[in-house]
Amino acid sequence: MKWLSIVVVLCTLMALGACKKKAAPPPPPPPPPPPAPTASIAVNPTSIQAGQSASLTWQTTNATDVSIDGIGAVQANGSQSVSPSDSTTYHLVAKGSGGTQEATARLTVAAAPPPPPPRTASVTDEDLFSQNVKDIYFDYDKSDIRGDQRASIQADMTFLGQHPNMNFTIEGHCDERGSTEYNLALGDQRASSVKNELVTAGVSASRIKTISYGKEKPFCTESNEACWQQNRRGHFVYQK
Amino acid sequence: MAKGMLQSNSYRHTILSSGVRTSLKRMGHHLRPKTPREFNKLWRLALQAVPLALIFCFLLSAAPAQDWVKTGTSLGVEKVRLAVPDFKPSTTDPQNPALLKTFNDTLWNDLDVSGVVELVSKSFYPLQVPGQPPEVNFLAWNAPPPNAAMLAFGNLGVASGRLTVQGWLYDVKNTQSPQVLGKQYADNASDAAARIMAHKFADEIIFRLGGGIAGIAESQIFFVSDRTGHKEIWAMDYDGSNQHQLTHLGTISLSPRISPDGSRIAFSSLTKTGWEIMMYSLDLNRVVSFPHMGGTNLSPAWSGDGTKLSFSSSRGGESEIYVSDASGGGLHRLTTAKGPDVSPVWNRKTNSQIAFVSGRTGLPQIYTMEADGTNQQRMTDQGYAVSPGWAPNGQFLAFAWVRKYGPGEPGSSDIYLMDIASKQWVQLTHDGGRNDFPSWSPDGRHIVFQSNRSGNLEIWSMLADGTKVQQLTFTGRNTQPNWSWK
Repeated sequence: MKWLSIVVVLCTLMALGACKKKAAPPPPPPPPPPPAPTASIAVNPTSIQAGQSASLTWQTTNATDVSIDGIGAVQANGSQSVSPSDSTTYHLVAKGSGGTQEATARLTVAAAPPPPPPRTASVTDEDLFSQNVKDIYFDYDKSDIRGDQRASIQADMTFLGQHPNMNFTIEGHCDERGSTEYNLALGDQRASSVKNELVTAGVSASRIKTISYGKEKPFCTESNEACWQQNRRGHFVYQK
Repeated sequence: MAKGMLQSNSYRHTILSSGVRTSLKRMGHHLRPKTPREFNKLWRLALQAVPLALIFCFLLSAAPAQDWVKTGTSLGVEKVRLAVPDFKPSTTDPQNPALLKTFNDTLWNDLDVSGVVELVSKSFYPLQVPGQPPEVNFLAWNAPPPNAAMLAFGNLGVASGRLTVQGWLYDVKNTQSPQVLGKQYADNASDAAARIMAHKFADEIIFRLGGGIAGIAESQIFFVSDRTGHKEIWAMDYDGSNQHQLTHLGTISLSPRISPDGSRIAFSSLTKTGWEIMMYSLDLNRVVSFPHMGGTNLSPAWSGDGTKLSFSSSRGGESEIYVSDASGGGLHRLTTAKGPDVSPVWNRKTNSQIAFVSGRTGLPQIYTMEADGTNQQRMTDQGYAVSPGWAPNGQFLAFAWVRKYGPGEPGSSDIYLMDIASKQWVQLTHDGGRNDFPSWSPDGRHIVFQSNRSGNLEIWSMLADGTKVQQLTFTGRNTQPNWSWK
C-alpha cells in the first residue's frame, strides 16, 4: 500500500508538472529598442592558387537582411567554401532596423600551376579495351563459338579493327568439372577458337597471345550452372 | 597379377583372371546374374518376395551394402595367416618406446595394406610374445585361436645413439626348421630410421609370402599440393608419411611424373611464355633445363625404359600427343585428330603402346595406339573418361570415368579398371565424390588416386580390387598422385 501510494503521488506530481509547463509558457520578452547591427567577415586562408578553395566565414548581429556581393542573400551567420579563379574582395552588408553595417575580406588568388601531365595513352587504351571488348562464353566441353556469342565477337572484331595498335591475350577458361589436364587442353582450344575467329576477320595474329588456365583460375567458385557458365569463357586481357 | 586368363563364364562387366578375379559366391549360384539389368530385376524380385529377401539379407549381411560384386587380387586363394606381435625392447634406452611405436605401427600398416597376407588380430595373441627365437612357443601360435601359419617377431633397441632392429619370420607349423627369414638392421637412432627399417622388413616378408613380387613399402608418391598457396610438386612415402615440398616456383605446377629410375620428375608448369614441360632433378634437388616447346604443353609421361617422354602440346595449333627423347630432342607428333588429345601414358611392359585421352568425338574418351601413332583404338564407349594409368603388367588400364554423363545425370567420377584385350571393365570406387588420376604401385597391387569424398581434394590409396582404402593427405588440396616405379 505504501509503495502504491508513493507511485500514485509521483505520477500525479509528474502529470501536474507536465501540465504546468504546458499551461504556462514563458511570456515573450518585450521587444528591445532597435540596436545598431554589427558585422564581420573573414576568409581563411587569405591566399590560394587557382583551383583551390578557401573558407569564407561571417558573423552579424541585429541584422534582418544580410548579403554578400557575388554570393547574394545569406544567413545572419555562416560559412561557405569559395574557389574564385581571380582575386576577390568579399563585401558583406548587414541591414537591420538599427542601421546598416559593412565588412570586407580579401582573397588573393595566385596563377594556376601548370596542369598535371595528361594520363598516359596506354591507361586510356586499357580502359577503352576493357570497356569495349567482350568475353566469349562457351557450352560445356565445347570450344566452338556458339550462336549467341556472335554479336559479342562481332563487336570485338569491330573495336579491334578500329584500334590496330592494341595487343592482347585471350585466356581460355573452363568450369570445375572434369579432369585438370583435359580442361587445360580444352581451355587452350577455346582461346585458339576465339583467336582464329579474329584472325579470319582480319585481326593480325601477331597482336594476339593465347593462354589456357583450364580450371585453375575460376572467376566464380560455386558449384552451379550459373557459375560454371561464368567460367567457360575466352577472356580478353589488354597487353601493355 | 602374373598371367591374366579370362574365364569364359565371367560376369559381363568384370575382369576375371588369376590376378584380378570376381567372386559372386555370396549371392549363390542360382542367383548369379549375367548383366546389371538382370541383377536389378533379380533384386526387385527379391524385395517383392519377402522370404527371398530375407535370404538375400542373410547372404549379404557380412558385407557392406555396396559390396555386391567383390573383386580382389587373391579371392579364392587362401591368404597366409600372419601374426605380428609388437617388437620388444632389447635395451633400456629412453628413446625405445617412441621408436617401437613408430616401428610397430609402420610394420603392421605395411603388411595390412599389402593385400598378400591376412593379419591375425592381436586379440588372439598369447600373453607372452617372443622377442627372440628361443622365446617362440609354437603351440601358442599355430593352434587356435591365433591359428597362424606365419609369425613375424623381433626386437628393437637403442644403444649409444644407434638403433638396432632384429626381425624374424617363422613358419610356425614347421617346428623343425621354422625360420623363413632373419634380418638385422642398424642405423643412427631416429624416427625416420625406425620407419625405414619397418618398411624394409615388411618388404622382405611380402616378397616371400607374395609370390616373389617385391614389396612397395619403400616406394614414394609424388603429387601436387597447394598448401603453400601455390600448386607445387610434393613427395611422400607410399603410406603418406614424410610429406615434403620439392618445387618452389610460385606459379602453377601440375602433373608430376617420376622417371623409371627415380632420378627426375617431369611436370607441367605455367611459365611466362605459357605451359611448358619442366624437369626436376631429385639428385640435384632443383629444376634442371628442358627445352620450351611453345604452345600449351601438358601431362608428360615416361616410357618404361626412361629414354622417351610423351606429352600433349598445342605448339602446332591443336592439343596433340607428341614424343621426344628424355632431354626434349627428337620431337615428333603422334596424333592429328581434331579435339584435344592429352594425358598420354606408356605401356611400360612393352614400351610400344600409349594410352591417351581424346575429345575428338565430343566428351573425352580413352584411346590406345602404337607408340608411332598408328592403330588408334577407342577403349571407352560412353560418358566422360580421363586420366589413364597403365598397370605395370601391361594388361590393365585404370582410369577415371563418369559413365552416365549428361543433364539430370550428374554421376560421380569413379576409378575403373579395364582389361585392355577384352575391354571388359570393373568399377573400383563406390564411395561418391570425384575420384581421378589413378596411378599404379610398382607391384601392381595398389592404386593411388585423388578424391574429394572427404569434402576436400585429398590423396587416397587402395588395393587394385577397391579394398583397403586409405586417406594419405589431410592438409590443403592435394591432387594428381604419381607412384614411383620401384
